[in-house]
Amino acid sequence: MRWGRPGAGAAGTAPPLPRTDVELREVTHAYGDRTVLTGVSLTLTESRIGVIGANGSGKSTFARLLNGLVVPTAGTVLVDGLDTRTQAREVRRRVGFVFQDPDAQIVHPTVAEDVAFGLTNQGVPAGEIARRVDEVLVAYGLDGHRDHPAHLLSGGQKQLLAIAGVLVMAPQRVVFDEPTTLLDLRNTRRVARVVDGLEQDVVVVTHHLELLAGFDRVLVFEDGRVAADGTPAETVPWYVARCG
Amino acid sequence: MKTRDLAYVALFAAIVAVLGQFPPVPVPGIPVPITAQTLGVMLAGSVLGARRGALALLLFLTVVALGVPLLASGAGGLGVFVGPTAGYLYSWPVAAFVIGWLTERFWRRYNLAWALVANLIGGIAVIYAIGIPFTSLYADIPLSASAVGALAFVPGDVVKAVAASVVAVAVRRAYPVIELPTRRATAG
Amino acid sequence: MLSLYRPGTSPVHRARAGLKLAGLAALGTGLFAVPRIEVVLAALAAVLATGLLLGRLPAGALWAQVRPVWLLLAGLFGFHLLVTDALTGTVAVLRLLALVLAAAVVTATTRVTELVAVVEWLLRPLEVVGVRPARVGLLVAMTLRFIPVVAERAARIREAQAARGASGVRLGLLVPLLVQVLQLAHTLGEALDARGADDVPVRRPRRA
Repeated sequence: MRWGRPGAGAAGTAPPLPRTDVELREVTHAYGDRTVLTGVSLTLTESRIGVIGANGSGKSTFARLLNGLVVPTAGTVLVDGLDTRTQAREVRRRVGFVFQDPDAQIVHPTVAEDVAFGLTNQGVPAGEIARRVDEVLVAYGLDGHRDHPAHLLSGGQKQLLAIAGVLVMAPQRVVFDEPTTLLDLRNTRRVARVVDGLEQDVVVVTHHLELLAGFDRVLVFEDGRVAADGTPAETVPWYVARCG
Repeated sequence: MKTRDLAYVALFAAIVAVLGQFPPVPVPGIPVPITAQTLGVMLAGSVLGARRGALALLLFLTVVALGVPLLASGAGGLGVFVGPTAGYLYSWPVAAFVIGWLTERFWRRYNLAWALVANLIGGIAVIYAIGIPFTSLYADIPLSASAVGALAFVPGDVVKAVAASVVAVAVRRAYPVIELPTRRATAG
Repeated sequence: MLSLYRPGTSPVHRARAGLKLAGLAALGTGLFAVPRIEVVLAALAAVLATGLLLGRLPAGALWAQVRPVWLLLAGLFGFHLLVTDALTGTVAVLRLLALVLAAAVVTATTRVTELVAVVEWLLRPLEVVGVRPARVGLLVAMTLRFIPVVAERAARIREAQAARGASGVRLGLLVPLLVQVLQLAHTLGEALDARGADDVPVRRPRRA
């Protein structure tokens, strides 16, 4: 358990964030006749959870189930007891989501406007939006770029902007879907440091196994099932050996 | 409208804008160089269907009207909407709607021939049926003169209708949007 | 993305966007209702005075919007000389010129956000049939955001195809571009959901 981590993105004044636990009960998911997850039952309470597995093993779908972006074909996903099927919006306020491709989640032309987007949707008053956007931009080293066009940022900066746009909404848990796959080594380490410094609970889906050092728990997906579940020391070498 | 439809509409408006920036192609035997922008009108209807296709073009025209110079001619702002050929612009959302509507009707047996029918009717007949009378009324010239003026563009538009149809059939095979029987899988 | 707006503090800049658009509409209607040379000339003079003197716009800002229709107007005048008469031609051409210039003045003196607000206001009556005016601003922003993204993807596909020996195949570019953009749209839709864009209560997922 990690409490009271130095929050890189947090407001600093806020009290410790409440925890967000996720429970999956016999979850199966299929896209048409292609089943990608079969009978997954898990309870996620740890602060740092990693998810690894081959392409097509069901990782991304699993990640999307955690905040209701995908609702299961069968079974139930509960976030703090809230059913993602019926209370998706409440769930999404608790669980933020960072996508692999930052280009797909930056929706406004300039940096500060984009960070403000989620807060505008939540109906936060303008003054508070300005304050929180400023805080987050400073925290991620983007304050010098606030009115820059987003498409002129580097790949690493775009991913930081995408993360800033999620964290400004103050979720309690953040799901990262391969946040470093499109980045070079330097930016991968930068994003890793950001993830590491988060006060929030995280779930990180990744192929970069070194990101998972120090994590509390790692799930290994194989053919739509959880093939291994344990500490990084238990699961990562097992996964590496299985990959041949 | 679902959020994903918003994404389709905005991205297709962006595609129409980008197509307008492609350099015009001179084609031997055709009097005026072909610009790709109306290809975007046809593709919006053919790929997104009637509603989303029409909305994508409405959105594109809105952004142009707001002062962003996105037309193939390099023009933008409200001026083009009160110019003598504004009728052609106004026809675009209608054309995308008609193409989309026809495409939806043809969807189960959709192939190059049906795609071509939809794009010729919606992408040429509809556009000229709106653009020609508009210019005639607006510039105070006879209908026939307005029609003759438009003739130069017909060969290029036929080429575009063929191109749009080939592309639409290929895109339907790779990533059908109009009918989504299942949610598409994401990698992983 | 470059807009044709020219920042300024003139009375024309400060006038309300709705008022300017209403004026433009009134001008268009008036000029067609009364097709007389003295009315058209007066309108043209008024538009130029509003833009250049009152609005303190550089002549280039107005010319930029006349340029695309310049040749058409010249051709139109030539046509009228041949078919009707010089007076009819002058009225037809100057009327259009006045309108295009008036539109140029509105565009150059009004911020995009103000115009978006007018569009949203105009759409408000449609709320009863389920249209959400507030989404117009989001859609406009998304379009501006994704134009460079789409252009960049097009350039990347062209490079990849050139690397494999293809040259200038434009049709071959479009299929992969559209498929990439549709995939992008799918994720973008999810991202909009994840960031709370669907604020109003929605129907429950129809697909299971």
